[in-house]
Amino acid sequence: MNLKSLVRFVPERLWNSPAWLNLLYVPALLLFGLFILYPFIRGLMYSFTNWDGYSQTFKWIGLSNYRRMFSDPDVARVIRNTFIYGLGSALFQNIIGLAYALFLNQNIRMRALTRTIIYLPAIISPLIMGYIWYFFFQYNGGAINDVILLFADEPVNLLGDPDTNVWMITIVNTYQFLGVAMVILLAGLQVIPKDFHEAATIDGAGALSRFRHVTWPLLAPAVTVSVVLNVIGGLKLFDVITAMTNSGPGYSSASLSTLMYQLYFGRQDAGYAATIGNLMFVIISVVSFTFLFYLKRRETSLA
Amino acid sequence: MRKIAWGREWLALLICLVHVLPFYILTTTSFKAYDDFSSKWVAPGYLYLDNFVNAWREADLDRALVNNAIVTLGSGVLIVLIGSIASYPLARHRTPLNRAVYGVFVSALIVPPLTILVPLYKFMVDIGGMNQLWGIILLHVTFSLPITIFLYTGFISSIPYELEEAALIDGAGRFKLFYLILLPLLKPITATVVILTCVNIWNDFQFSVFFLQKKEMHTITVALSGFFSQYNNYIGWVAAGSFLGAIPITLVYLFLQRYFIQGLSSGAVKG
Repeated sequence: MNLKSLVRFVPERLWNSPAWLNLLYVPALLLFGLFILYPFIRGLMYSFTNWDGYSQTFKWIGLSNYRRMFSDPDVARVIRNTFIYGLGSALFQNIIGLAYALFLNQNIRMRALTRTIIYLPAIISPLIMGYIWYFFFQYNGGAINDVILLFADEPVNLLGDPDTNVWMITIVNTYQFLGVAMVILLAGLQVIPKDFHEAATIDGAGALSRFRHVTWPLLAPAVTVSVVLNVIGGLKLFDVITAMTNSGPGYSSASLSTLMYQLYFGRQDAGYAATIGNLMFVIISVVSFTFLFYLKRRETSLA
Repeated sequence: MRKIAWGREWLALLICLVHVLPFYILTTTSFKAYDDFSSKWVAPGYLYLDNFVNAWREADLDRALVNNAIVTLGSGVLIVLIGSIASYPLARHRTPLNRAVYGVFVSALIVPPLTILVPLYKFMVDIGGMNQLWGIILLHVTFSLPITIFLYTGFISSIPYELEEAALIDGAGRFKLFYLILLPLLKPITATVVILTCVNIWNDFQFSVFFLQKKEMHTITVALSGFFSQYNNYIGWVAAGSFLGAIPITLVYLFLQRYFIQGLSSGAVKG
Protein backbone atom coordinates (compact mmCIF):
# COMPACT_ATOMS: atom_id res chain seq x y z
CA MET A 1 0.00 0.00 0.00
CA ASN A 2 2.79 2.39 0.82
CA LEU A 3 3.76 3.53 -2.62
CA LYS A 4 5.92 6.24 -1.10
CA SER A 5 8.61 3.82 0.03
CA LEU A 6 8.88 2.45 -3.51
CA VAL A 7 9.61 5.80 -5.05
CA ARG A 8 11.93 7.30 -2.48
CA PHE A 9 13.86 9.16 -5.09
CA VAL A 10 10.88 11.46 -5.63
CA PRO A 11 11.44 14.49 -3.43
CA GLU A 12 8.85 14.87 -0.69
CA ARG A 13 7.71 18.26 -1.96
CA LEU A 14 7.04 16.94 -5.46
CA TRP A 15 5.26 13.89 -4.12
CA ASN A 16 2.91 16.00 -2.10
CA SER A 17 2.17 18.35 -4.95
CA PRO A 18 -1.53 18.56 -5.76
CA ALA A 19 -0.58 18.39 -9.42
CA TRP A 20 -0.60 14.60 -9.11
CA LEU A 21 -4.33 14.83 -8.73
CA ASN A 22 -4.54 16.04 -12.29
CA LEU A 23 -4.02 12.43 -13.28
CA LEU A 24 -7.63 11.93 -12.25
CA TYR A 25 -8.95 13.77 -15.28
CA VAL A 26 -6.68 12.06 -17.76
CA PRO A 27 -9.21 9.28 -18.58
CA ALA A 28 -11.91 11.86 -19.27
CA LEU A 29 -9.54 13.96 -21.35
CA LEU A 30 -8.46 10.89 -23.32
CA LEU A 31 -12.04 9.96 -24.22
CA PHE A 32 -12.72 13.57 -25.10
CA GLY A 33 -9.75 13.78 -27.40
CA LEU A 34 -10.45 10.48 -29.14
CA PHE A 35 -14.20 10.74 -29.65
CA ILE A 36 -14.71 14.49 -29.98
CA LEU A 37 -11.60 16.51 -30.83
CA TYR A 38 -9.98 14.06 -33.25
CA PRO A 39 -13.19 13.43 -35.24
CA PHE A 40 -13.90 17.14 -35.24
CA ILE A 41 -10.56 17.87 -36.94
CA ARG A 42 -11.07 15.02 -39.37
CA GLY A 43 -14.51 16.43 -40.15
CA LEU A 44 -12.99 19.76 -41.14
CA MET A 45 -10.72 17.82 -43.47
CA TYR A 46 -13.45 15.71 -45.07
CA SER A 47 -15.43 18.82 -45.92
CA PHE A 48 -12.76 19.67 -48.49
CA THR A 49 -13.01 16.28 -50.20
CA ASN A 50 -15.45 14.31 -52.31
CA TRP A 51 -15.21 11.27 -50.01
CA ASP A 52 -18.08 8.76 -50.40
CA GLY A 53 -17.98 7.39 -46.87
CA TYR A 54 -16.39 4.00 -47.44
CA SER A 55 -13.65 4.15 -50.14
CA GLN A 56 -10.01 4.35 -49.13
CA THR A 57 -9.42 7.15 -51.62
CA PHE A 58 -10.88 10.56 -52.19
CA LYS A 59 -10.03 13.74 -54.05
CA TRP A 60 -9.41 17.17 -52.59
CA ILE A 61 -11.95 19.50 -54.08
CA GLY A 62 -11.22 22.70 -52.22
CA LEU A 63 -14.23 24.80 -51.33
CA SER A 64 -16.64 23.08 -53.72
CA ASN A 65 -18.74 21.56 -50.94
CA TYR A 66 -19.13 24.93 -49.27
CA ARG A 67 -20.00 26.63 -52.55
CA ARG A 68 -22.54 23.90 -53.24
CA MET A 69 -23.99 24.29 -49.77
CA PHE A 70 -24.58 28.01 -50.06
CA SER A 71 -26.31 27.68 -53.42
CA ASP A 72 -28.37 24.59 -52.52
CA PRO A 73 -32.08 25.50 -52.22
CA ASP A 74 -32.66 22.37 -50.10
CA VAL A 75 -30.13 23.62 -47.58
CA ALA A 76 -31.82 27.02 -47.40
CA ARG A 77 -35.10 25.31 -46.64
CA VAL A 78 -33.47 23.01 -44.10
CA ILE A 79 -31.80 25.93 -42.27
CA ARG A 80 -35.18 27.65 -42.07
CA ASN A 81 -36.73 24.43 -40.68
CA THR A 82 -33.94 24.07 -38.14
CA PHE A 83 -34.57 27.58 -36.87
CA ILE A 84 -38.31 26.92 -36.61
CA TYR A 85 -37.61 23.73 -34.66
CA GLY A 86 -35.13 25.44 -32.38
CA LEU A 87 -36.60 28.88 -31.75
CA GLY A 88 -40.25 27.93 -32.28
CA SER A 89 -40.18 25.07 -29.78
CA ALA A 90 -38.21 27.11 -27.26
CA LEU A 91 -40.71 29.95 -27.50
CA PHE A 92 -43.81 27.76 -27.12
CA GLN A 93 -42.26 25.55 -24.46
CA ASN A 94 -41.31 28.49 -22.30
CA ILE A 95 -44.57 30.41 -22.65
CA ILE A 96 -46.69 27.37 -21.82
CA GLY A 97 -44.12 26.12 -19.32
CA LEU A 98 -44.21 29.46 -17.51
CA ALA A 99 -48.01 29.49 -17.46
CA TYR A 100 -48.04 25.99 -15.98
CA ALA A 101 -45.33 26.84 -13.48
CA LEU A 102 -47.21 29.92 -12.25
CA PHE A 103 -50.41 27.89 -12.06
CA LEU A 104 -48.81 25.01 -10.14
CA ASN A 105 -46.98 27.36 -7.78
CA GLN A 106 -50.31 27.79 -5.97
CA ASN A 107 -52.14 25.72 -3.46
CA ILE A 108 -53.55 22.88 -5.54
CA ARG A 109 -54.31 19.42 -4.29
CA MET A 110 -53.73 17.85 -7.70
CA ARG A 111 -50.44 19.62 -8.07
CA ALA A 112 -48.09 16.63 -7.75
CA LEU A 113 -50.16 14.54 -10.13
CA THR A 114 -50.39 17.33 -12.68
CA ARG A 115 -46.66 17.93 -12.57
CA THR A 116 -45.97 14.22 -12.99
CA ILE A 117 -48.24 13.95 -16.02
CA ILE A 118 -46.94 17.08 -17.75
CA TYR A 119 -43.33 15.96 -17.32
CA LEU A 120 -43.97 12.34 -18.30
CA PRO A 121 -43.48 12.77 -22.09
CA ALA A 122 -40.01 14.24 -21.51
CA ILE A 123 -38.65 10.93 -20.25
CA ILE A 124 -40.01 8.89 -23.16
CA SER A 125 -37.87 8.39 -26.24
CA PRO A 126 -38.56 11.14 -28.79
CA LEU A 127 -38.68 8.45 -31.48
CA ILE A 128 -41.56 6.71 -29.70
CA MET A 129 -43.20 10.07 -29.06
CA GLY A 130 -43.04 10.71 -32.80
CA TYR A 131 -44.80 7.40 -33.51
CA ILE A 132 -47.47 8.14 -30.94
CA TRP A 133 -48.23 11.46 -32.60
CA TYR A 134 -48.14 9.87 -36.01
CA PHE A 135 -51.42 8.20 -35.02
CA PHE A 136 -52.90 11.68 -34.64
CA PHE A 137 -51.62 13.10 -37.90
CA GLN A 138 -52.13 10.12 -40.24
CA TYR A 139 -54.03 11.01 -43.39
CA ASN A 140 -56.24 7.92 -43.26
CA GLY A 141 -57.80 7.21 -39.91
CA GLY A 142 -55.64 9.63 -37.94
CA ALA A 143 -57.19 10.88 -34.72
CA ILE A 144 -57.16 14.52 -35.86
CA ASN A 145 -58.76 13.77 -39.20
CA ASP A 146 -61.49 11.80 -37.48
CA VAL A 147 -62.43 15.01 -35.74
CA ILE A 148 -62.02 17.18 -38.83
CA LEU A 149 -64.27 14.85 -40.87
CA LEU A 150 -67.10 15.60 -38.49
CA PHE A 151 -67.09 19.16 -39.81
CA ALA A 152 -65.57 18.87 -43.30
CA ASP A 153 -65.74 16.55 -46.28
CA GLU A 154 -62.01 16.14 -46.88
CA PRO A 155 -59.29 15.02 -44.48
CA VAL A 156 -56.24 17.29 -44.23
CA ASN A 157 -52.74 16.06 -44.98
CA LEU A 158 -50.92 17.78 -42.15
CA LEU A 159 -47.66 15.83 -42.50
CA GLY A 160 -47.67 15.64 -46.30
CA ASP A 161 -48.08 19.37 -46.79
CA PRO A 162 -44.74 21.23 -46.81
CA ASP A 163 -46.48 24.31 -45.40
CA THR A 164 -47.69 22.60 -42.26
CA ASN A 165 -45.46 19.60 -41.52
CA VAL A 166 -42.65 21.60 -39.92
CA TRP A 167 -45.13 23.22 -37.53
CA MET A 168 -46.74 19.92 -36.63
CA ILE A 169 -43.33 18.53 -35.69
CA THR A 170 -42.65 21.69 -33.68
CA ILE A 171 -45.91 21.16 -31.80
CA VAL A 172 -44.95 17.58 -30.96
CA ASN A 173 -41.52 18.64 -29.74
CA THR A 174 -43.17 21.39 -27.69
CA TYR A 175 -45.65 18.98 -26.14
CA GLN A 176 -42.89 16.55 -25.28
CA PHE A 177 -40.46 18.94 -23.61
CA LEU A 178 -42.53 21.78 -22.19
CA GLY A 179 -42.41 19.81 -18.93
CA VAL A 180 -38.69 20.54 -18.77
CA ALA A 181 -39.34 24.28 -18.98
CA MET A 182 -42.11 23.94 -16.41
CA VAL A 183 -39.96 22.05 -13.89
CA ILE A 184 -37.04 24.48 -14.22
CA LEU A 185 -39.24 27.57 -13.97
CA LEU A 186 -41.18 26.10 -11.06
CA ALA A 187 -37.89 25.49 -9.24
CA GLY A 188 -37.00 29.11 -10.01
CA LEU A 189 -40.31 30.36 -8.62
CA GLN A 190 -39.90 28.38 -5.44
CA VAL A 191 -36.60 30.00 -4.50
CA ILE A 192 -38.15 33.49 -4.63
CA PRO A 193 -38.62 34.47 -0.98
CA LYS A 194 -42.29 34.81 0.04
CA ASP A 195 -41.55 38.09 1.90
CA PHE A 196 -40.86 39.84 -1.40
CA HIS A 197 -44.40 39.22 -2.55
CA GLU A 198 -45.82 40.15 0.84
CA ALA A 199 -43.83 43.37 0.93
CA ALA A 200 -45.00 44.25 -2.58
CA THR A 201 -48.60 43.51 -1.63
CA ILE A 202 -48.37 45.77 1.40
CA ASP A 203 -47.00 48.49 -0.85
CA GLY A 204 -50.19 48.11 -2.85
CA ALA A 205 -48.92 46.20 -5.87
CA GLY A 206 -51.51 44.19 -7.81
CA ALA A 207 -50.95 40.68 -9.13
CA LEU A 208 -49.78 41.91 -12.52
CA SER A 209 -47.34 44.44 -11.17
CA ARG A 210 -46.05 41.90 -8.62
CA PHE A 211 -45.29 39.57 -11.51
CA ARG A 212 -43.60 42.30 -13.52
CA HIS A 213 -41.50 43.80 -10.77
CA VAL A 214 -40.85 40.87 -8.42
CA THR A 215 -41.36 37.49 -10.06
CA TRP A 216 -40.08 38.18 -13.56
CA PRO A 217 -36.69 39.74 -12.63
CA LEU A 218 -36.01 37.12 -9.96
CA LEU A 219 -36.92 34.32 -12.33
CA ALA A 220 -34.29 35.46 -14.85
CA PRO A 221 -31.65 32.79 -14.04
CA ALA A 222 -34.19 29.99 -14.44
CA VAL A 223 -35.40 31.50 -17.72
CA THR A 224 -31.82 31.53 -19.00
CA VAL A 225 -31.32 27.82 -18.32
CA SER A 226 -34.70 26.83 -19.65
CA VAL A 227 -34.47 28.84 -22.87
CA VAL A 228 -30.91 27.78 -23.69
CA LEU A 229 -31.66 24.10 -23.01
CA ASN A 230 -34.75 24.18 -25.21
CA VAL A 231 -33.06 26.09 -28.03
CA ILE A 232 -30.22 23.57 -28.18
CA GLY A 233 -32.66 20.67 -27.99
CA GLY A 234 -34.77 22.05 -30.83
CA LEU A 235 -31.85 22.95 -33.11
CA LYS A 236 -30.54 19.38 -33.10
CA LEU A 237 -33.97 17.77 -33.51
CA PHE A 238 -33.67 14.38 -35.16
CA ASP A 239 -35.77 11.55 -33.70
CA VAL A 240 -39.23 13.11 -33.93
CA ILE A 241 -38.67 14.11 -37.56
CA THR A 242 -37.48 10.63 -38.46
CA ALA A 243 -40.50 9.08 -36.79
CA MET A 244 -43.14 11.42 -38.20
CA THR A 245 -42.10 12.31 -41.74
CA ASN A 246 -38.63 10.88 -42.32
CA SER A 247 -37.70 14.42 -43.46
CA GLY A 248 -40.23 14.36 -46.27
CA PRO A 249 -41.92 14.95 -48.54
CA GLY A 250 -38.60 15.57 -50.27
CA TYR A 251 -36.53 17.52 -47.75
CA SER A 252 -39.44 19.74 -46.77
CA SER A 253 -39.36 18.83 -43.06
CA ALA A 254 -35.66 17.96 -42.72
CA SER A 255 -33.47 19.56 -40.07
CA LEU A 256 -29.72 19.90 -40.48
CA SER A 257 -29.23 16.66 -38.50
CA THR A 258 -31.61 14.57 -40.59
CA LEU A 259 -30.28 16.09 -43.82
CA MET A 260 -26.76 15.11 -42.80
CA TYR A 261 -27.94 11.59 -42.06
CA GLN A 262 -29.66 11.25 -45.42
CA LEU A 263 -26.71 12.61 -47.37
CA TYR A 264 -24.34 10.22 -45.66
CA PHE A 265 -26.30 6.99 -45.50
CA GLY A 266 -28.81 7.55 -48.28
CA ARG A 267 -26.57 9.09 -50.92
CA GLN A 268 -23.01 8.22 -49.83
CA ASP A 269 -22.20 11.90 -50.07
CA ALA A 270 -19.91 11.88 -47.02
CA GLY A 271 -17.80 14.91 -47.91
CA TYR A 272 -20.89 17.04 -48.35
CA ALA A 273 -22.50 15.55 -45.23
CA ALA A 274 -19.41 16.52 -43.22
CA THR A 275 -19.74 20.05 -44.61
CA ILE A 276 -23.37 20.18 -43.42
CA GLY A 277 -22.16 18.92 -40.04
CA ASN A 278 -19.71 21.81 -39.81
CA LEU A 279 -22.44 24.28 -40.74
CA MET A 280 -24.61 22.79 -37.99
CA PHE A 281 -21.74 23.17 -35.55
CA VAL A 282 -21.37 26.85 -36.40
CA ILE A 283 -25.09 27.60 -36.34
CA ILE A 284 -25.75 25.87 -33.03
CA SER A 285 -22.74 27.38 -31.28
CA VAL A 286 -23.43 30.88 -32.54
CA VAL A 287 -27.14 30.78 -31.72
CA SER A 288 -26.68 29.18 -28.30
CA PHE A 289 -23.84 31.46 -27.24
CA THR A 290 -25.79 34.49 -28.42
CA PHE A 291 -28.77 33.44 -26.32
CA LEU A 292 -26.58 32.61 -23.35
CA PHE A 293 -24.73 35.91 -23.58
CA TYR A 294 -27.86 37.98 -23.99
CA LEU A 295 -29.81 36.20 -21.24
CA LYS A 296 -26.90 36.33 -18.78
CA ARG A 297 -26.54 40.05 -19.34
CA ARG A 298 -30.26 40.43 -18.88
CA GLU A 299 -30.00 38.63 -15.53
CA THR A 300 -27.57 41.18 -14.16
CA SER A 301 -29.42 44.18 -15.53
CA LEU A 302 -32.65 42.97 -13.96
CA ALA A 303 -31.12 42.07 -10.63
CA MET B 1 -58.34 21.78 6.68
CA ARG B 2 -57.80 24.51 4.17
CA LYS B 3 -60.53 25.52 1.80
CA ILE B 4 -60.22 23.92 -1.62
CA ALA B 5 -60.31 26.24 -4.61
CA TRP B 6 -62.40 24.09 -6.93
CA GLY B 7 -61.77 26.22 -10.01
CA ARG B 8 -58.06 25.46 -9.83
CA GLU B 9 -58.66 21.78 -9.25
CA TRP B 10 -60.87 21.52 -12.34
CA LEU B 11 -58.33 23.41 -14.40
CA ALA B 12 -55.59 21.04 -13.21
CA LEU B 13 -57.75 18.08 -14.14
CA LEU B 14 -58.35 19.54 -17.60
CA ILE B 15 -54.61 20.04 -18.14
CA CYS B 16 -53.96 16.45 -17.09
CA LEU B 17 -56.57 15.14 -19.51
CA VAL B 18 -55.12 17.09 -22.43
CA HIS B 19 -51.65 15.79 -21.67
CA VAL B 20 -52.60 12.13 -21.39
CA LEU B 21 -54.55 12.24 -24.65
CA PRO B 22 -51.64 10.90 -26.75
CA PHE B 23 -51.28 7.98 -24.36
CA TYR B 24 -54.99 7.30 -24.61
CA ILE B 25 -54.84 7.15 -28.40
CA LEU B 26 -51.74 4.95 -28.21
CA THR B 27 -53.61 2.56 -25.93
CA THR B 28 -56.79 2.29 -27.99
CA THR B 29 -54.75 1.79 -31.15
CA SER B 30 -52.56 -0.91 -29.72
CA PHE B 31 -55.46 -2.97 -28.37
CA LYS B 32 -57.46 -2.92 -31.58
CA ALA B 33 -57.79 -5.88 -33.96
CA TYR B 34 -56.49 -5.57 -37.50
CA ASP B 35 -59.96 -5.58 -39.07
CA ASP B 36 -61.38 -3.03 -36.66
CA PHE B 37 -61.58 0.25 -38.55
CA SER B 38 -63.36 2.26 -35.88
CA SER B 39 -61.99 5.66 -34.95
CA LYS B 40 -58.91 5.79 -32.73
CA TRP B 41 -60.96 7.78 -30.23
CA VAL B 42 -63.19 4.78 -29.63
CA ALA B 43 -61.91 2.24 -27.12
CA PRO B 44 -62.21 -1.37 -28.29
CA GLY B 45 -64.88 -3.23 -26.35
CA TYR B 46 -62.87 -6.46 -26.31
CA LEU B 47 -59.51 -7.70 -25.15
CA TYR B 48 -57.10 -8.32 -28.01
CA LEU B 49 -53.42 -8.89 -27.37
CA ASP B 50 -52.13 -10.17 -30.72
CA ASN B 51 -50.57 -6.79 -31.55
CA PHE B 52 -48.34 -7.06 -28.50
CA VAL B 53 -47.38 -10.65 -29.20
CA ASN B 54 -46.51 -9.87 -32.80
CA ALA B 55 -44.64 -6.68 -32.02
CA TRP B 56 -42.62 -8.35 -29.29
CA ARG B 57 -41.62 -11.17 -31.64
CA GLU B 58 -41.12 -9.28 -34.91
CA ALA B 59 -39.18 -6.37 -33.40
CA ASP B 60 -37.08 -8.75 -31.28
CA LEU B 61 -37.86 -6.66 -28.26
CA ASP B 62 -36.47 -9.09 -25.69
CA ARG B 63 -32.99 -8.87 -27.15
CA ALA B 64 -33.33 -5.13 -27.64
CA LEU B 65 -34.30 -4.76 -24.01
CA VAL B 66 -31.23 -6.66 -22.84
CA ASN B 67 -28.98 -4.57 -25.10
CA ASN B 68 -30.57 -1.40 -23.79
CA ALA B 69 -29.99 -2.47 -20.21
CA ILE B 70 -26.34 -3.36 -20.84
CA VAL B 71 -25.62 -0.09 -22.65
CA THR B 72 -27.36 2.07 -20.04
CA LEU B 73 -25.88 0.34 -17.02
CA GLY B 74 -22.38 0.17 -18.47
CA SER B 75 -22.47 3.81 -19.48
CA GLY B 76 -23.93 4.91 -16.16
CA VAL B 77 -21.20 3.24 -14.11
CA LEU B 78 -18.40 4.64 -16.29
CA ILE B 79 -19.93 8.12 -16.34
CA VAL B 80 -20.07 8.31 -12.55
CA LEU B 81 -16.59 6.85 -12.14
CA ILE B 82 -14.74 8.85 -14.78
CA GLY B 83 -16.76 12.02 -14.26
CA SER B 84 -16.48 12.20 -10.49
CA ILE B 85 -12.74 11.61 -10.31
CA ALA B 86 -12.12 14.06 -13.15
CA SER B 87 -14.04 16.79 -11.33
CA TYR B 88 -12.07 16.53 -8.10
CA PRO B 89 -8.88 18.27 -9.25
CA LEU B 90 -10.93 20.63 -11.44
CA ALA B 91 -12.91 21.81 -8.42
CA ARG B 92 -10.16 21.81 -5.81
CA HIS B 93 -7.06 22.98 -7.64
CA ARG B 94 -7.98 25.83 -9.87
CA THR B 95 -4.65 26.32 -11.57
CA PRO B 96 -4.71 28.05 -14.94
CA LEU B 97 -4.20 24.66 -16.59
CA ASN B 98 -7.14 23.13 -14.78
CA ARG B 99 -9.36 26.08 -15.55
CA ALA B 100 -8.56 25.63 -19.22
CA VAL B 101 -9.30 21.90 -19.06
CA TYR B 102 -12.60 22.62 -17.35
CA GLY B 103 -13.40 25.17 -20.05
CA VAL B 104 -12.79 22.60 -22.77
CA PHE B 105 -15.12 20.08 -21.15
CA VAL B 106 -17.91 22.53 -20.43
CA SER B 107 -17.86 24.29 -23.79
CA ALA B 108 -18.94 20.96 -25.30
CA LEU B 109 -22.22 21.33 -23.37
CA ILE B 110 -23.50 23.68 -26.02
CA VAL B 111 -22.50 21.84 -29.16
CA PRO B 112 -24.25 18.54 -29.85
CA PRO B 113 -21.86 15.73 -30.85
CA LEU B 114 -24.17 14.89 -33.72
CA THR B 115 -22.32 17.50 -35.80
CA ILE B 116 -19.24 15.26 -35.99
CA LEU B 117 -21.21 12.22 -37.11
CA VAL B 118 -19.41 11.62 -40.41
CA PRO B 119 -15.82 11.55 -39.11
CA LEU B 120 -16.94 9.77 -35.94
CA TYR B 121 -18.43 6.99 -38.00
CA LYS B 122 -15.15 6.55 -39.85
CA PHE B 123 -13.23 6.53 -36.58
CA MET B 124 -15.52 3.90 -35.07
CA VAL B 125 -15.02 1.70 -38.13
CA ASP B 126 -11.24 2.11 -37.79
CA ILE B 127 -11.12 1.05 -34.15
CA GLY B 128 -13.56 -1.83 -34.64
CA GLY B 129 -16.22 -0.26 -32.46
CA MET B 130 -19.04 -0.60 -34.99
CA ASN B 131 -21.90 -2.88 -33.95
CA GLN B 132 -20.27 -3.36 -30.56
CA LEU B 133 -21.95 -2.48 -27.33
CA TRP B 134 -18.64 -1.25 -25.89
CA GLY B 135 -18.34 1.12 -28.86
CA ILE B 136 -21.65 2.84 -28.21
CA ILE B 137 -20.97 2.80 -24.46
CA LEU B 138 -17.73 4.72 -24.93
CA LEU B 139 -19.56 7.24 -27.12
CA HIS B 140 -22.34 7.74 -24.61
CA VAL B 141 -19.83 8.14 -21.80
CA THR B 142 -17.82 10.72 -23.73
CA PHE B 143 -20.86 12.74 -24.75
CA SER B 144 -22.20 12.69 -21.18
CA LEU B 145 -18.93 13.88 -19.65
CA PRO B 146 -19.54 17.62 -20.16
CA ILE B 147 -22.78 17.71 -18.14
CA THR B 148 -21.34 15.23 -15.61
CA ILE B 149 -18.17 17.22 -15.01
CA PHE B 150 -20.16 20.45 -14.92
CA LEU B 151 -22.46 19.13 -12.20
CA TYR B 152 -19.78 17.36 -10.13
CA THR B 153 -17.36 20.28 -10.25
CA GLY B 154 -20.06 22.70 -9.20
CA PHE B 155 -21.11 20.42 -6.36
CA ILE B 156 -17.62 19.69 -5.07
CA SER B 157 -16.79 23.40 -5.07
CA SER B 158 -19.77 23.98 -2.80
CA ILE B 159 -18.51 21.50 -0.19
CA PRO B 160 -16.43 23.25 2.51
CA TYR B 161 -12.75 22.45 2.22
CA GLU B 162 -12.26 22.19 6.03
CA LEU B 163 -13.26 18.54 6.08
CA GLU B 164 -10.51 17.58 3.69
CA GLU B 165 -8.03 19.88 5.38
CA ALA B 166 -8.61 18.13 8.68
CA ALA B 167 -8.09 14.73 7.11
CA LEU B 168 -4.99 15.99 5.34
CA ILE B 169 -3.50 17.09 8.65
CA ASP B 170 -4.34 13.66 10.05
CA GLY B 171 -2.06 12.29 7.36
CA ALA B 172 -4.45 10.98 4.77
CA GLY B 173 -3.13 10.99 1.19
CA ARG B 174 -4.84 13.14 -1.36
CA PHE B 175 -6.35 10.22 -3.24
CA LYS B 176 -7.58 8.72 -0.01
CA LEU B 177 -9.22 12.04 0.77
CA PHE B 178 -11.27 11.75 -2.35
CA TYR B 179 -12.74 8.35 -1.83
CA LEU B 180 -12.98 8.44 1.97
CA ILE B 181 -14.26 11.95 2.57
CA LEU B 182 -15.69 13.27 -0.64
CA LEU B 183 -17.21 10.26 -2.34
CA PRO B 184 -19.85 9.63 0.35
CA LEU B 185 -20.87 13.28 0.16
CA LEU B 186 -21.45 13.04 -3.56
CA LYS B 187 -24.53 10.80 -3.33
CA PRO B 188 -27.21 13.40 -4.09
CA ILE B 189 -25.42 14.88 -7.08
CA THR B 190 -24.66 11.37 -8.33
CA ALA B 191 -28.38 10.64 -8.38
CA THR B 192 -28.89 13.77 -10.48
CA VAL B 193 -26.08 12.85 -12.85
CA VAL B 194 -27.34 9.30 -13.29
CA ILE B 195 -30.91 10.39 -13.98
CA LEU B 196 -30.02 13.19 -16.39
CA THR B 197 -27.57 11.11 -18.41
CA CYS B 198 -29.11 7.65 -18.26
CA VAL B 199 -32.55 8.74 -19.44
CA ASN B 200 -30.92 10.14 -22.57
CA ILE B 201 -28.85 7.02 -23.07
CA TRP B 202 -31.79 4.69 -22.56
CA ASN B 203 -33.83 6.69 -25.11
CA ASP B 204 -31.03 7.32 -27.57
CA PHE B 205 -31.85 6.81 -31.20
CA GLN B 206 -29.68 9.18 -33.20
CA PHE B 207 -26.39 7.49 -32.30
CA SER B 208 -27.56 3.93 -31.85
CA VAL B 209 -29.09 3.88 -35.32
CA PHE B 210 -25.67 4.64 -36.84
CA PHE B 211 -23.42 2.55 -34.68
CA LEU B 212 -25.60 -0.48 -33.94
CA GLN B 213 -26.77 -1.48 -37.39
CA LYS B 214 -26.53 -5.25 -36.94
CA LYS B 215 -29.80 -6.73 -35.80
CA GLU B 216 -28.31 -8.58 -32.84
CA MET B 217 -27.05 -5.29 -31.44
CA HIS B 218 -30.24 -3.25 -31.83
CA THR B 219 -31.49 -1.28 -28.85
CA ILE B 220 -35.21 -0.63 -28.35
CA THR B 221 -35.44 2.53 -30.46
CA VAL B 222 -33.42 1.08 -33.33
CA ALA B 223 -35.44 -2.13 -33.26
CA LEU B 224 -38.67 -0.12 -33.29
CA SER B 225 -37.61 2.06 -36.21
CA GLY B 226 -36.79 -1.01 -38.31
CA PHE B 227 -40.05 -2.58 -37.26
CA PHE B 228 -41.97 0.56 -38.10
CA SER B 229 -40.63 0.87 -41.64
CA GLN B 230 -41.31 -2.82 -42.27
CA TYR B 231 -44.85 -2.98 -40.89
CA ASN B 232 -46.02 0.54 -41.65
CA ASN B 233 -49.48 -0.71 -42.58
CA TYR B 234 -50.07 -2.69 -39.41
CA ILE B 235 -50.77 0.34 -37.31
CA GLY B 236 -51.87 -1.79 -34.34
CA TRP B 237 -48.50 -3.56 -34.31
CA VAL B 238 -46.60 -0.30 -34.44
CA ALA B 239 -48.70 1.09 -31.61
CA ALA B 240 -48.17 -2.02 -29.50
CA GLY B 241 -44.42 -1.87 -30.18
CA SER B 242 -44.28 1.78 -29.12
CA PHE B 243 -46.35 0.96 -26.06
CA LEU B 244 -43.98 -1.82 -25.01
CA GLY B 245 -40.93 0.33 -25.76
CA ALA B 246 -42.19 3.12 -23.52
CA ILE B 247 -43.18 0.95 -20.55
CA PRO B 248 -39.84 0.31 -18.79
CA ILE B 249 -38.76 3.93 -18.44
CA THR B 250 -42.29 5.06 -17.62
CA LEU B 251 -42.40 2.61 -14.72
CA VAL B 252 -39.03 3.77 -13.44
CA TYR B 253 -40.21 7.36 -13.72
CA LEU B 254 -43.45 6.77 -11.86
CA PHE B 255 -41.67 5.07 -8.97
CA LEU B 256 -38.76 7.51 -8.76
CA GLN B 257 -40.43 10.65 -10.07
CA ARG B 258 -39.43 12.72 -7.07
CA TYR B 259 -35.78 12.14 -7.97
CA PHE B 260 -36.37 12.89 -11.64
CA ILE B 261 -37.92 16.26 -10.90
CA GLN B 262 -35.47 17.12 -8.13
CA GLY B 263 -32.61 16.08 -10.38
CA LEU B 264 -33.67 18.41 -13.16
CA SER B 265 -34.43 21.28 -10.77
CA SER B 266 -31.17 21.07 -8.86
CA GLY B 267 -29.18 20.54 -12.07
CA ALA B 268 -30.78 23.65 -13.55
CA VAL B 269 -30.51 25.86 -10.50
CA LYS B 270 -26.79 25.11 -10.22
CA GLY B 271 -26.38 26.23 -13.83
